[in-house]
Amino acid sequence: MESTIQAAAEAPASAGAVVRVRGASKHYGAVRAVDGVDLAVQRGELFGLIGHNGAGKSTLFKMMLGLIPATAGEIAIDGAPVSGSGFRAVRRKIGYLPENVVLYDNLTGLETLHFFAKLKSVPAAGCGALLERVGLAHAAGRRVREYSKGMRQRLGFAQALLGRPQILFLDEPTTGLDPEAIREFYVILRGLRAEGVTVIITSHILAEIQERVDRLAIMAAGKVQALGTVQALREAMDLPLWFDVRVADSDFTAVRDALGSLPVAAIEAHDGRVAVQVRRESKMAVFAALATLGERVLDLHVREPSLEDVFFGFSD
Amino acid sequence: MELSQVATIAGKEFWDRIRNRWVLAVALVFTVFALVIAYFGAAQQGAVGFRSIEVTIASLVSLVIYLIPLIALVLGFDAIVGERERGSLDLLLSMPITRFELILGKYLGLAGALAFSTVAGFGLVALVLSAQLDLNALFHYFGFMASSVLLGMAFLSLAVMLSVLAADRTRASGLAIAMWFFFVLVFDLLLLGALVVTGGQYGGDIFPWLLLLNPADVFRILNIFTLDDVRTLYGLATVFPPSLAEPWLLTAVMLGWIAAPLGIASWRFGK
Repeated sequence: MESTIQAAAEAPASAGAVVRVRGASKHYGAVRAVDGVDLAVQRGELFGLIGHNGAGKSTLFKMMLGLIPATAGEIAIDGAPVSGSGFRAVRRKIGYLPENVVLYDNLTGLETLHFFAKLKSVPAAGCGALLERVGLAHAAGRRVREYSKGMRQRLGFAQALLGRPQILFLDEPTTGLDPEAIREFYVILRGLRAEGVTVIITSHILAEIQERVDRLAIMAAGKVQALGTVQALREAMDLPLWFDVRVADSDFTAVRDALGSLPVAAIEAHDGRVAVQVRRESKMAVFAALATLGERVLDLHVREPSLEDVFFGFSD
Repeated sequence: MELSQVATIAGKEFWDRIRNRWVLAVALVFTVFALVIAYFGAAQQGAVGFRSIEVTIASLVSLVIYLIPLIALVLGFDAIVGERERGSLDLLLSMPITRFELILGKYLGLAGALAFSTVAGFGLVALVLSAQLDLNALFHYFGFMASSVLLGMAFLSLAVMLSVLAADRTRASGLAIAMWFFFVLVFDLLLLGALVVTGGQYGGDIFPWLLLLNPADVFRILNIFTLDDVRTLYGLATVFPPSLAEPWLLTAVMLGWIAAPLGIASWRFGK
């Protein structure tokens, strides 16, 4: 795909962006790990970054944090470049949770937070409350060595929240968490967003991100291939929808024939179910046809293309 | 540079070594070795018991010259590469801290632990022997302790440099061992070999200067030339000009051996 798909209705003016990436590239010899990326993330936005391994998202993440210098382009947080003399002020506004966070085994949970609090010039007094917030208050005095994977992830998250950062960079934050903990995690994230915190998150669990982000960027081969809300991307991709219709056995043939006469892309009919795949533009025509069938339709389920469909649409 | 960031990193490294009893273990090793040498060092001559501070220090120097570089290299070789390999370096670098502050903090914390072990370990021996030492002997002994600390700092600086240059921990440990062999075992042999091969005709003038290229040799000279009685125990005394043997000059060279590898490390790490 040559040009980036921008979901026009959602494309923000870059003036108010809290994270701004302009023409950022990182080349390792002939390899273009990140290749001319433009992004603007708004204050208070929950922004998702997805892509296969090697798509360049981790490199881009580290460039945004100022950990890897860019070969070309500019990256600014809150109007200030991420590297250079003002980096310290920028870093104090940032919370970062690396992928598969590694902390110090010999420190306790509370000591871990104290150490990072000192580096961030944050009073140590708030560390206990932070452990409480991520559900680790009971393990504050235990060494990280004894922590489970999920507990380490929670501690890493608490570390990222030190000093009330304005921007959170979370790299695969829910790895190792059980479903209940993932739910709690997103409750905390929503609370933070309500306070105006900007969150940039990567995840390989696309279904999880799809439900929760305001906008997302899909990366492949070092470039942002698509950018926008999930809904806008689906529409821009023009991916087909599925209509699942449940019918009584006596009406099966009639319903199948009625739907089959429409401009459908695919039809599957068996065991009292008729499923048709249609383009988005035919959506209302299908509804109209279903309305005329009246009570012959026992139940109806419309399946929007998932983020996976969008995602793999770009990967193909 | 923000000193508080350096202090935070240094404090963590230091207390890590206190808590895992590294400092205690190394201090005990120094104490035990020093006591054994002080009392049994002259056993080959058919006598046991404390003889003289000069002989004791000469024996200690021979021990320390092997032991301290090894301990310092083992202590420092994974300072940076260890964090990198475990995966904790990115998080550390995402903090409001410069790479120079990080390296300096790591170095100072580890140096503090090593210096503490050295002073505590050998200082305990000085306490035990204090009844038998006059002021002059104590002065010599403290000179030995101070130079031992400097020797440790120099090899620790080299170790931290390796930990930045090496791609992984395995290579860093290999390089550390190679460095120990080179400076402690091979270097003097090479110089001696060169002298013998040339029949002593060439290189006699630069030979003392070449010794300054090895922190272990600087340490040796520093201790020998502060002990008039011991000078003659070593053949070195005949080739080493007194003008180079000034303690302040040798100390300055040692400080250079501390600063230069750290400088290279922070320059390379910053790239």
